[in-house]
Amino acid sequence: MSELPQTEAQTLVEADAESMTPETGSQSSPDSAAPAATDYWTQGDDIADTKADLSQPIDKMWEARKFSAKLVNPANRRKLTVIIVGTGLAGGAAAATLGEAGYNVLNFCYQDSPRRAHSIAAQGGINAAKNYRNDGDSVHRLFYDTVKGGDYRSRETNVHRLAEVSANIIDQCVAQGVPFAREYGGLLDTRSFGGVQVQRTFYARGQTGQQLLIGAYQALERQVAAGTVKMHTRHEMVELIVVDGRARGIVTRDMVTGRIEAHYADAVVLATGGYGNVFFLSTNAMGCNVTASWRAHRKGAYFANPCYTQIHPTCIPVHGETQSKLTLMSESLRNDGRIWVPKKAEDCAKDPREIPEEDRDYYLERIYPSFGNLVPRDIASRQAKYMCDEGRGVGPAVKERDHDGNEREMRRGVYLDFAEAIGRLGKDAVEKKYGNLFDMYAQITGENPYEMPMRIYPAVHYTMGGLWVDYDLQSSITGLYVAGEANFSDHGANRLGASALMQGLADGYFVLPNTINDYLAGAPFDKIDDSHPAAAEALAAAKGRIEKLLSINGTRTVDSLHKELGTIMWEYCGMERWEDGLKTAIEKIRALKQEFWTNVKVTGVNEDFNQTLERAGRLADFLELGELMCIDALHRRESCGGHFRGESQTEDGEALRHDDEYLYVGAWEWGGEASKPVLHKEPLVYEAIELKQRSYK
Amino acid sequence: MKVTLRIWRQAKADAPGGMVTYPLDGVSQDMSFLEMLDLLNEHLTERGEEPVAFDHDCREGICGMCGVVINGLAHGGQHTTTCQLHMRSFADGATIDIEPWKAGAFPVIKDLVVDRSAFDRIIQAGGFISANTGSAPEAHSVPAPKRQADLAFDNATCIGCGACVAACPNGSAMLFTSAKITHLAMLPQGQPERYSRVKSMVAQHDEEGFGGCTNIGECAQVCPKGIPLESISQLNRDLIASLFKGDGKQG
Amino acid sequence: MAITGLLLVGFLLAHMFGNFKMLLPDDGKEFNAYSHWLRDFGYPAIPHTVFLWIFRIVLLLSVFLHMYSAFKLRVRAAANTGGSRYVVKRNMEKSYAARTMIWGGIIIVLFVIMHILQYTAQVLKFGYASGVSTLEPYDRVLAGFSQWWVVLIYAIAMGAVCMHLWHGVWSALATLGVQVSAASRKVLKAVAYVISVGLFLGFMIPPVLILFEVIGK
Repeated sequence: MSELPQTEAQTLVEADAESMTPETGSQSSPDSAAPAATDYWTQGDDIADTKADLSQPIDKMWEARKFSAKLVNPANRRKLTVIIVGTGLAGGAAAATLGEAGYNVLNFCYQDSPRRAHSIAAQGGINAAKNYRNDGDSVHRLFYDTVKGGDYRSRETNVHRLAEVSANIIDQCVAQGVPFAREYGGLLDTRSFGGVQVQRTFYARGQTGQQLLIGAYQALERQVAAGTVKMHTRHEMVELIVVDGRARGIVTRDMVTGRIEAHYADAVVLATGGYGNVFFLSTNAMGCNVTASWRAHRKGAYFANPCYTQIHPTCIPVHGETQSKLTLMSESLRNDGRIWVPKKAEDCAKDPREIPEEDRDYYLERIYPSFGNLVPRDIASRQAKYMCDEGRGVGPAVKERDHDGNEREMRRGVYLDFAEAIGRLGKDAVEKKYGNLFDMYAQITGENPYEMPMRIYPAVHYTMGGLWVDYDLQSSITGLYVAGEANFSDHGANRLGASALMQGLADGYFVLPNTINDYLAGAPFDKIDDSHPAAAEALAAAKGRIEKLLSINGTRTVDSLHKELGTIMWEYCGMERWEDGLKTAIEKIRALKQEFWTNVKVTGVNEDFNQTLERAGRLADFLELGELMCIDALHRRESCGGHFRGESQTEDGEALRHDDEYLYVGAWEWGGEASKPVLHKEPLVYEAIELKQRSYK
Repeated sequence: MKVTLRIWRQAKADAPGGMVTYPLDGVSQDMSFLEMLDLLNEHLTERGEEPVAFDHDCREGICGMCGVVINGLAHGGQHTTTCQLHMRSFADGATIDIEPWKAGAFPVIKDLVVDRSAFDRIIQAGGFISANTGSAPEAHSVPAPKRQADLAFDNATCIGCGACVAACPNGSAMLFTSAKITHLAMLPQGQPERYSRVKSMVAQHDEEGFGGCTNIGECAQVCPKGIPLESISQLNRDLIASLFKGDGKQG
Repeated sequence: MAITGLLLVGFLLAHMFGNFKMLLPDDGKEFNAYSHWLRDFGYPAIPHTVFLWIFRIVLLLSVFLHMYSAFKLRVRAAANTGGSRYVVKRNMEKSYAARTMIWGGIIIVLFVIMHILQYTAQVLKFGYASGVSTLEPYDRVLAGFSQWWVVLIYAIAMGAVCMHLWHGVWSALATLGVQVSAASRKVLKAVAYVISVGLFLGFMIPPVLILFEVIGK
């Protein structure tokens, strides 16, 4: 933190939230005894990125930065060690690239092989400004679309660089043997994705993430064979070691033997993905967690925009209380499928094929006649929620808790009907286009989507928030870099389809390897070992936490507590947020955290393969993150991007952004165990792009 | 529905293991197989017993982390991964046997969890194209015929789950190895190291202690991604050709 | 393994065609001549029986290498799969023949030893009239197959050969990389089927006809 340049302290805005009047009134007026929203945090100094040279035109900035960054002599690189946590697109690509450059890389993942990181599950594709289609695409257009897609809450400089390097990513992946879809002439095929008007998305059937990750994995294994990367699988980072303000190492737990061990390096990179599992049910892998980021946050790394989560409208609905995760189906289904619910609540349990046309409500086509079923993700998601809240949802009735904490049974699903498309295009054409998705749906639900309308419901898919980083991807802790979904950088308040893969690989292959050298040029730093006070403290803290978890021996299982947290988050900090709800959520999470630390049951011992202990450690951090997410959502009293704030909507119920007050990145500093988090604002400056309010009516 | 589970329990690699029977009630047809195991583990935890350890992660059939032998068949023999198997495939009252992958090269870590790092080492031996970041030519500078590119893709769908080894009576990992060989051999970018790759990958395969292939075909039957036996033939063709052609590291 | 296996299959095919000479109604003249010709092949350029010995050495080497490879595969498989592998194991591929290659192989080896002792070395004199120590090839065959149990042993052995090749021929071709697509797999399997069943029938025709006295009397 010592090296973090900060702008002069700004006059603190006392009460952002209080000064605003709700646009259309809140659901219920908060109790007069309840604390004011601002009581949940304290205001800190403004911050700014200092690495991008703003005097340069935006399209020269990255070249300028690459030139101004200090270099490390190839002969010196092997004397320097870099720790990279995570082996997904960002981590795997960075480890391979830094290994190729000649650094000593220590790479960690919690899975049994680096090839299993959750980047593998991305289906759709990867954007790149290649303009192979001659349809008017360019770096500037990709940049523009990404900033606009993020609803003007991302940093212009970072996004422009992302668009610039996007084309190199495709070249690199092709050279590695990634089998992208091709035309008969042997050239690469592209398609349009996520409502974008140009065809810039490269894809490998429905498994683009897998193919890109395997490419990075192969490059990584090549470096493992070459001896530049040392791979530690089944290792989980449980603590960050900060020495004199610099990130110098991590503490890991060997998930097979339980051994707690410190690893030291000259720089630490976190590429640990998103934190969607704070909702318990999400499309993330079961193991995805926030622990690495959260441990760094507690050591001084700012957490930016934690409440920015992307909720995807076309997931397979929850089947019951034992549901462990949700499965996404490609959004392309909305191109031909029609979304509806019954007009009458009493029809909801009926066979949908028996509901006559006049009793069906094609609500998206009704409300948004020009975009219809192709409205953006957040609108499609929110409208589905409204329909179900009205009692017109379909599918099995599942127990849940309502806004006031009462148990109720609700049907959470809407129909996505292909009957019309099958009639228009024929079954064969539909099968050709969507066959694999239909098969997946049939496999999971046991229903045949060619005959029965599919049921869909929104689910948490991606988290745009993450650790705050500057243009160099350095966090607010010197020497700690953050790449991929784990950082907050490029997607603003909402992510464009097919951009997550692009950002992960851009960070890993091209950005980080060109910026981290600026810092490493000052290395090597003093040698440290386990006897150093900072290392000893981190080791003791990690061991102490585990001992504490094992000693509670209460009555609640980890999963039951996690599901409870998920329910709170989904209800109050999901698709639609209100001030009183968020306050309720914060109180509930605090109580749940108390319950966790006094009544959780963790079986077994540390010195063993202990999956319960792993989950307990992750949940402990999710509980703290959940609270911060609610505070962030509470403070951001505007609707923007993927998240809708009840108090900030237009007269006809659409999202209303407040650029006058919230045109900044909210970066949160850990305030300490008993203190409030500290909000640092990074004002957003738009010079290359003009701010606009979106409209889909 | 109600099922009786017989699960392989083994405390650690060098401990003896055996089947333990657990009756389980309250299973719903819509549960995935792993959610059914979650339910069992919740009950075991509540009773203070050690839950059953099993590997899993994405639960959407793509990461390759999960995999157990169910009623004698890898992944339950339904051309899908264990996580995509649902309880509606089982009859109410059924007895279900669950065992880990068993092969010398895949030592058991605990219960249903095995160590598959041998697969990573086979890839390290040559399952890549040596193209440093930044050195790539323009993506369209080398066209790849669609037919070959599609074949490469079919083989690149391998998720490295290890079902082929688990099912093979010889404990061979030839299907896994051949999928990577075929994936890279079908692409123009894979040609410069094609023959040295097959030699070193097969050598590493043998060194890891996997058995030899006798073309029984059980691997392709259980493969959740449908990698065909023809891939092994492709590997053999390249291996024979490598006797006469030198490239890559071996020159 | 594939190469030696295919060499041996080639030998069996040649052997079978040689046997068919027995079907000629010439009291075995052609068959005997064929038998002697094998020993005098290339004469006078090559001395008596030299070709036959070269042929035998190649065959023996093939058999040895084939068995050695099988042994090695077996050892490797055992090392990787261990003793009792699964408590419950089922199979999806209907490949009884593929799983029993080693047993088929052992039956065939035992049979070949008996076959050589009987017809080449004339140590086992099944069906010889007492006191007779050597017969012309044609008469050796007639004598042997006049016994029903000899024919039965041969039938069992040929059954084993048939099973062994049912999988073996296709497997060898696949190992040599001939199998390039799903369609070619069907073709190769058909080839293996024709060869294995053809060999069974081809080898069993003379003994059965002899047993039922259609030829030789």
